[in-house]
Amino acid sequence: MKIRDEEIGKIEIKKFLIDKALILALIAMIIVIIIIEPAFLQWRVAKDIMTQSSVKLIVALGLLFPLLLGGTDLSGGRQVGLAAVIVASMSQAAGYASKFYPDLPNIPIIVPIIIAIVVVAGIGAVNGLMIAKLKMAPFIATFGMSTIVYGINCLYYAKKPNNAQPIGGIREDLTILSNYKIFGQISLLVVIAAVVTVISWFVLNKTVFGKHIYAVGGNENAARVSGVKVHTIIVAVFVIESILVGLAGILEVARTGGANSAYGFSYEFDAISACVVGGVSLSGGVGKVSGVVLGVVIFTIISYGLAFIGINPNWQLIVKGIIICTAVALDMRKNSK
Amino acid sequence: MQEYRLKMDNITKTFPGVRALDDVKLYIKPGSVHALIGENGAGKSTLMKCLFGIYKQEGGTIEIDGEPIRISDTQSALKSGISMIHQELNPIPNRTVADNIWVGRYIKNKLIVNEKLMEKKTQELLKELDFDISPKVMARELSVSQLQAMEIAKAVSYNAKIIIMDEPTSSLTIAETKHLFRIIRQMRDEGRSIIYISHKLEEMFEIADEVTVMRDGKYIGTWEISKITIDHVIEQMVGRSMEERFPKSEQAPLPEVMLKVENITSPNPRSFKDISFDLHKGEILGIGGLVGAQRTEMVESLFGLRPIASGVLYKEGKLVSNKTPLQAIENGFALLTEERRATGIVPMLSVNDNTLIASYKKFTNWCPGVINKRKSTKSAAAVCKSMNVKTPRMSAEIQNLSGGNQQKVLVGRWLLTDSNILILDEPTRGVDVGAKYEIYKIIRELARKGNSIIMVSSEMPELLGMSDRILVMCDGHITGILKSEEASQVEIMRLATRFTVESTAMEAEK
Repeated sequence: MKIRDEEIGKIEIKKFLIDKALILALIAMIIVIIIIEPAFLQWRVAKDIMTQSSVKLIVALGLLFPLLLGGTDLSGGRQVGLAAVIVASMSQAAGYASKFYPDLPNIPIIVPIIIAIVVVAGIGAVNGLMIAKLKMAPFIATFGMSTIVYGINCLYYAKKPNNAQPIGGIREDLTILSNYKIFGQISLLVVIAAVVTVISWFVLNKTVFGKHIYAVGGNENAARVSGVKVHTIIVAVFVIESILVGLAGILEVARTGGANSAYGFSYEFDAISACVVGGVSLSGGVGKVSGVVLGVVIFTIISYGLAFIGINPNWQLIVKGIIICTAVALDMRKNSK
Repeated sequence: MQEYRLKMDNITKTFPGVRALDDVKLYIKPGSVHALIGENGAGKSTLMKCLFGIYKQEGGTIEIDGEPIRISDTQSALKSGISMIHQELNPIPNRTVADNIWVGRYIKNKLIVNEKLMEKKTQELLKELDFDISPKVMARELSVSQLQAMEIAKAVSYNAKIIIMDEPTSSLTIAETKHLFRIIRQMRDEGRSIIYISHKLEEMFEIADEVTVMRDGKYIGTWEISKITIDHVIEQMVGRSMEERFPKSEQAPLPEVMLKVENITSPNPRSFKDISFDLHKGEILGIGGLVGAQRTEMVESLFGLRPIASGVLYKEGKLVSNKTPLQAIENGFALLTEERRATGIVPMLSVNDNTLIASYKKFTNWCPGVINKRKSTKSAAAVCKSMNVKTPRMSAEIQNLSGGNQQKVLVGRWLLTDSNILILDEPTRGVDVGAKYEIYKIIRELARKGNSIIMVSSEMPELLGMSDRILVMCDGHITGILKSEEASQVEIMRLATRFTVESTAMEAEK
């Protein structure tokens, strides 16, 4: 079976088009937005888009880990919410009127952050153990977990004297994570997201652990035969993911200066959508950090841009849905060859 | 009567980038078994899929009994009297045998399915073919050979004149194969034509009347089986003369014992029991037996993939315990699994990553867990080169390589782990003739360097041609260990079928 050179060229062009079709279409859409409203191209808009992408990017990078295993985490968004409420409840300014813990002094800000991270990391470990040891489908296990996490969050949030009231009055040493601007321009959020991106890229591409994640996602049985500790990898992946979404929850508190139990709802869907648009395969084993960054940024630009040119927000939902369906359809096409 | 039942002429089919069939012809006589052979990728399956309407041919003509026909889909193929039994059987597991046979054309009284008549017809059909299966049993409860029997019954129920069988014996025992051959001969004597695709040349010489050889999507020739030799067929398949099928051993195994296995027994009472043997340095120990002899289970237990209930392993005199594959690898064991796709390759990863997956830990530098990319890619490239892996580049996805090249990458994977006991489970399964020879050469070379090899194989010539000694298993027991110079196919078969009284009784109960 000889393949002729010109035929190879044709296949590669076709493959390139299937791979990049969505990205190209979205870039075209952005160009249309710019043509309609040239004012879109200005530094203020770019700053807004960077800031708005930051937290989403951290959640999406978190979700990238289980997606690489061919899994998912539907409790991701609710974990964002739980981390947010825990941190907010313990980091209210001393003189604030309705405090969650009225007698709590100004403890070092790192303490609530560590507590929130430890709690969600524990949730991640349970997710990982359900999937690795009990062989539950990730979709179902984490779906159940999302309800549990939300329940826990609501119970905590309804505790006296808070009685399910929004938590406000967040201390400045936490909100500084969002308010401080480097050179008076770029929010610290963007810097944190960039650091998380670099670390994720390093872990996935440069470490044995990262290579093992791709191997387990690509063919779990082959990985096991090759001496990879499959269960350890699965649990570690879900713990890492939870730590990242927990971090996102903390940053949401910093960004908004408060929290309530609805925080983070459906964030995992936006994250998964961004990953898929960025070329992460839902079947596992395929996906790059750069793709996720691209996916998140494109989503933000489009929703910001549609609002910018005055499109009804309900239409934005429809556009987003169409993008997701197209992305998944293309992913399936790639896999089935 | 026409001289030919089926005439396919000038058949052409292209896939994006590949000319899969190039001006191919195939003439089949009525009442004959016609073997269709060629290496993997020669176009046999594509040709048959064109005939059965799964693919549309782009050029050429098909005639049945002198009548030109057009086959647009499988329904029209079935109407024209063509039936196909696929290599991968696809039954509907939770329906009965009768349902599976008549699906899509249920026997009806007006609107209602006549179950009674359908069962009766199925019963008659199965009896005629001498298959002992109840029409009412669920397909999921059938063994592979019974499923195949069901498919044959289905083909006959279509009153097919031409039955295509794609690698029908790939998962059958010897006894089941014999039964299948009897059925094939019976169908042939009824005047049907059988197109028989197989890699097993010995088998083909037993069953076929004529043979057509294909190579690189082209028609090479058709011969009467009685007028051709096996070596000639291989020559036609690979397109070059092949002096020998197996490279010669250059040195005898060393006297030192590499691995001593003592009385290992599976926790599963139906699996292997009391396995003891010595493996010497530089030795190739073949393991023969029928399907179901528990050979794969036994070697996978040596590697820690399955548990053992009792028994011990000594490596170079020292007690070792392989509870997990990771421990086994650290103890210098390697396992090339039987199912390359299921437990070997990680399809969407590169050749480079697939080569390194078991040995990344070796290639870390300044910080534990961080890979030294330069060192690792260099080693992977070197080992793939030494295996003569044919790949456009090391970053190509392994799923785009041929079976033989994938297998070589997997052998390379284990060479990088510094193992010296290599367990190869069916190392040449699904590998074409040319690549087989290269893999044999690699195995020989590894043994020459003092590694010890355990090779499970279901191909008799491979066992006899490659092994220093052959261990034969039957029903979970070792029934004999033969020196290769005193071994023969007959002797191996005698040991492979030496069921104990107890197991024969169990068999009879079922």
